[in-house]
Amino acid sequence: MRTGEDTRPSPEALLKVARAESADEEQAKLKIFLGYAAGVGKTYAMLEAALQRKRDGRDVVVACLASHGRNESDLPLEGLEIVPHAKISNPNGILPELDLDAVLARRPQIALVDELAHSNVPDSRHRKRWQDVEELLAAGIDVYTTANIQHFQSLSDVVAQITGVTVHETVPDRLLDLAAEIRLVDLPPEDLLQRLHEGKIYIPEKDALATDRYFKLGNLMALRELSLRRAAARVDDQMRAYMESRCIAGPWPVAEKLLVCVSGSPFSERLIHTTKRLADETKAVWHTVYIETPGVNRYARENRERVWRDMRLAESLGAQVATLTSISVAEALIDYAVKNNITKIVVGKPTKPRWREVLRQPLVDKIIRQSGSIDVHVVSITKEQKDKSKGAPPPGRPTLWAGYLQSLALVLVTSLVCEPAHRYLSPTNLVMIYLLAVVLAATRLGRRPAVLTAFLSVLAFDFFFVTPRFTFAASDPASLLTFVALFTVGVVISTLVSQSSERAEAIREREVQTASLYYLSRDLAVASDLPGIMDAMVRNIEESLGAQIAVFMPEGERFEMKQASSELSLGVKELAVADWAFKNRSPAGRGTDTLVSAALLYLPIATNGDLHGILGVKLADETGYTSPLSRRLLQAFATQAALAIERVRLGKQAEQAQILLARESLERALLNSISHDLRTPLVSITGALGALRDEDNSFDRQARAELIDGAWEEAGRLNRFVGNLLDMTRLESGALRLKLVPCDVQDLFGCALAALEPRLDGREIEVLLPSSLDLVRMDMVLMMQVVVNLLDNALKYTPRESCIELAAGLAGQTLTLTVADRGPGIPEKDLKRVFDKFYRLPVPEGAGGTGLGLSICKGIVEAHSGNIRAENRDGGGLRMIVALPLT
Amino acid sequence: MAPTKGSAKVPRLLAVDDEVMILRFLRTALDTGEYSLHQAENGHAALAAATACRPDIILLDLGLPDLDGIEVIRRIREWSQVPIIVLSVRDGDDDKVEALDAGADDYLVKPFSVTELRARIRASLRRSLHQASEPLFNCSGLQVDLSHRRVVVRGEEVQLTPTEYDLLRLLVNHAGKVLTHGQILRGIWGAAFAEHQNVLRVNISNLRQKLEKDPSRPKYIVTELGVGYRLESD
Repeated sequence: MRTGEDTRPSPEALLKVARAESADEEQAKLKIFLGYAAGVGKTYAMLEAALQRKRDGRDVVVACLASHGRNESDLPLEGLEIVPHAKISNPNGILPELDLDAVLARRPQIALVDELAHSNVPDSRHRKRWQDVEELLAAGIDVYTTANIQHFQSLSDVVAQITGVTVHETVPDRLLDLAAEIRLVDLPPEDLLQRLHEGKIYIPEKDALATDRYFKLGNLMALRELSLRRAAARVDDQMRAYMESRCIAGPWPVAEKLLVCVSGSPFSERLIHTTKRLADETKAVWHTVYIETPGVNRYARENRERVWRDMRLAESLGAQVATLTSISVAEALIDYAVKNNITKIVVGKPTKPRWREVLRQPLVDKIIRQSGSIDVHVVSITKEQKDKSKGAPPPGRPTLWAGYLQSLALVLVTSLVCEPAHRYLSPTNLVMIYLLAVVLAATRLGRRPAVLTAFLSVLAFDFFFVTPRFTFAASDPASLLTFVALFTVGVVISTLVSQSSERAEAIREREVQTASLYYLSRDLAVASDLPGIMDAMVRNIEESLGAQIAVFMPEGERFEMKQASSELSLGVKELAVADWAFKNRSPAGRGTDTLVSAALLYLPIATNGDLHGILGVKLADETGYTSPLSRRLLQAFATQAALAIERVRLGKQAEQAQILLARESLERALLNSISHDLRTPLVSITGALGALRDEDNSFDRQARAELIDGAWEEAGRLNRFVGNLLDMTRLESGALRLKLVPCDVQDLFGCALAALEPRLDGREIEVLLPSSLDLVRMDMVLMMQVVVNLLDNALKYTPRESCIELAAGLAGQTLTLTVADRGPGIPEKDLKRVFDKFYRLPVPEGAGGTGLGLSICKGIVEAHSGNIRAENRDGGGLRMIVALPLT
Repeated sequence: MAPTKGSAKVPRLLAVDDEVMILRFLRTALDTGEYSLHQAENGHAALAAATACRPDIILLDLGLPDLDGIEVIRRIREWSQVPIIVLSVRDGDDDKVEALDAGADDYLVKPFSVTELRARIRASLRRSLHQASEPLFNCSGLQVDLSHRRVVVRGEEVQLTPTEYDLLRLLVNHAGKVLTHGQILRGIWGAAFAEHQNVLRVNISNLRQKLEKDPSRPKYIVTELGVGYRLESD
């Protein structure tokens, strides 16, 4: 029931349209020539379209054309430039492959790439051709490509159902969604079969067998319908988007929300595909949940890996995923469904034998019973798929055979022990000894050898100790009960023990993961800068995975390795892989689908929006690259690091904002000060000059001299002020570079006093120097200025007759320079503020300072790693103390 | 070459500055009969004037529009030992050292007082006239007799170590002129010691202890901060 209000386009819809429209201008477009089987003429259609574009004046090249042994002269190639194929050697000789770098370097407007579903030979950059296509698109090159409907991931199992042929080379559905245009290349199935019989269709030899099953009229009709429907769905999408963006009311479907639950069962993958398809058809949002229960099997390794894989698949197909923990799957599922307004739950049809349903109510029944108003969609699972998806046996323990042998030996030993004992013990007690053996096998050898042990124990017990001995016959029917009991107890114990040990292992693994993540986050929390973060990363990942680590980050224009394990050395090629991963914001290298020949696995260090760098990992254990466990852990590490980096960067930004603010207020103060301090001396100078210039002035000699003296003094003041401003600017801009040379403190004082000479005006300054003072490393020019400024202040703020002391002293590893006066001192509360810029005390005779002198002193002293402070002297007066470290 | 102008006894000054106001000021302050003043407004004009009018002293600004002042000093020094006094707003010690090492005789930071400038001009003229000819140096209580290696301060003879004496002699020979650390170190200890400033500082300090009345306020050997030392000449 939609109200009129709902016909308004949602913001998301508008955003999407806006994106698509702006994307139209810049983003490269993908055009897919979609067919339902080989031989419908996709390549031909693509070439014709390309020729048309070329005639329109576009720059078109053929990047890759699968000639399939057909005569190329049959194809309309006239005048199309062909980028030479990369020759990649592989065990079967030289294969022509798409030369991605050559095409990227050539930068055409349109590149033709045949066979989207093709798998590249090993050593190529990407495993699949569609990844090549994505990179071309990302580089801004339009791509024309061909594909058959059965190669699209979500349709592959439907196709398998129809044709019985399982497709291995699949393309993610998002490429269909990505395509700006889908051109359906259609041919009636009858004509196609006709062409096949005439030998006009190339079928690779290895597929010859499949061909018979595939090219059946019924199959072809079904596939054709599938492709037409898919293309129509796409048109429908566009129509709907158009209507939505233009506020056209239409027959909107009720918004559906689907929910599918994965369990780690081999069928989950199919359930996910089915749900995705259903969701697409109804334009529904869909969720995928995994519900962790304390039940059996949850902790088995392969099970967990499968769950993780399924969740990732669902996520990549556009589902919202969640993991829940609950005792009851059905309850948790329904609960989630209700909370998220799910309209339909997709579940698999039970495949377990009926008798088991008697023992345990199937999940489907439970869900249906509790689902209330929510629809339940039950999907069947065919036997064939079940077999297929079971696939290879789990890599299991390679020691399984050894385990069986050991269990055999165990039973033999037990029998040998029982042999002397059976004279003293009743047979039922001997059973206990065998049970011990079973428990031992269960704890040490695993479940299956333990079951074998139980079975062998029954046989051995029967053979050796049940009368008649040394036959498998049993005279007493009661002993049958003993056999059954022994076997049952053995099986149950072994199952329980193996489950608990698996669980313990899983818990231990998780514990290790949690611990290593904890340590990392603890170290990251402490790290306050980028090097610290990288240090923490390298150290922690090295420790927890036994891996070698490299961290890469962009540095201006360049991209370089910032930090790495000490024993790791990487070539140019590895850097190139890292660079690729950074530019494309996706994992690359070992264990991924891209640039697999690299020595390391490269993962982006990224948060939601920002990519900060690349984490390169070399694992000690080869299986670690593909194991979801270590991958997940690495991902978690990378995310943690990214968050930490972001934190540091944000912190820095905030700091800069703070600095900016402080600078602004300073600039205001500076402007005020400049306008005041520059103008005041100018007033007296221009005043005096103006008076003297006046021709009919009637000044006597003395008046003239006074005028001139005043102007002279003020000019000197102005000059000092400009000097101070320059010094301050140099200090603050960081242009100040210390020239540390060994200096004679006496010389320093001498220079300062000489510089002050004109202002001393006969006042005495008492110099106190220790008799022997070594040379001290400092920047003498700057330190002299400090002394001059301090003395100048003392002269300015104290009465003429009072005494000023200038002293130097050594205290441990510190040189102290002191200027002490007998002036009025400074109010205690202002003692610190005197070093602030533009802080001024009222001056007795009005000859104010610039308010910069002391802050310049502070800047210079701090640049020397020293400190400066002011204190009031006992008995009145102020003491300024500069402390410099001697090192 | 005999000077063509009639005022043969009047020393000729060449002032080089691109600021017209400064040139005007220098003319007012110096062209009073005591000296005759020639002017140049850029580096090339300065080089031409230096050859054409053969000045006795060049007053040179460093920030010229066409050539850098340092370059002007170098080119003049290729053929002439005429005293060059640099007048510049650049007050960094690096700038001073660079100019002095390039061959300038003195360095005055703008703004300067006319009195100061006159004193420097007089000192330079005196040096160029009596160069190395007088074995006896005498300046307010300090007497150095170069021919007899005797140093007398305020009437008392002072014993100096050989290094101290060499140092003092070098300063006496360039009395009134700033010698950079590098120039002194090269002159006495050799080029290998050009960076060993502490040796120099220690010797200067010792020399002051022996010569100065109050070593904290030296009157004879004056430190030109960050640049070098100068022996007062009057």
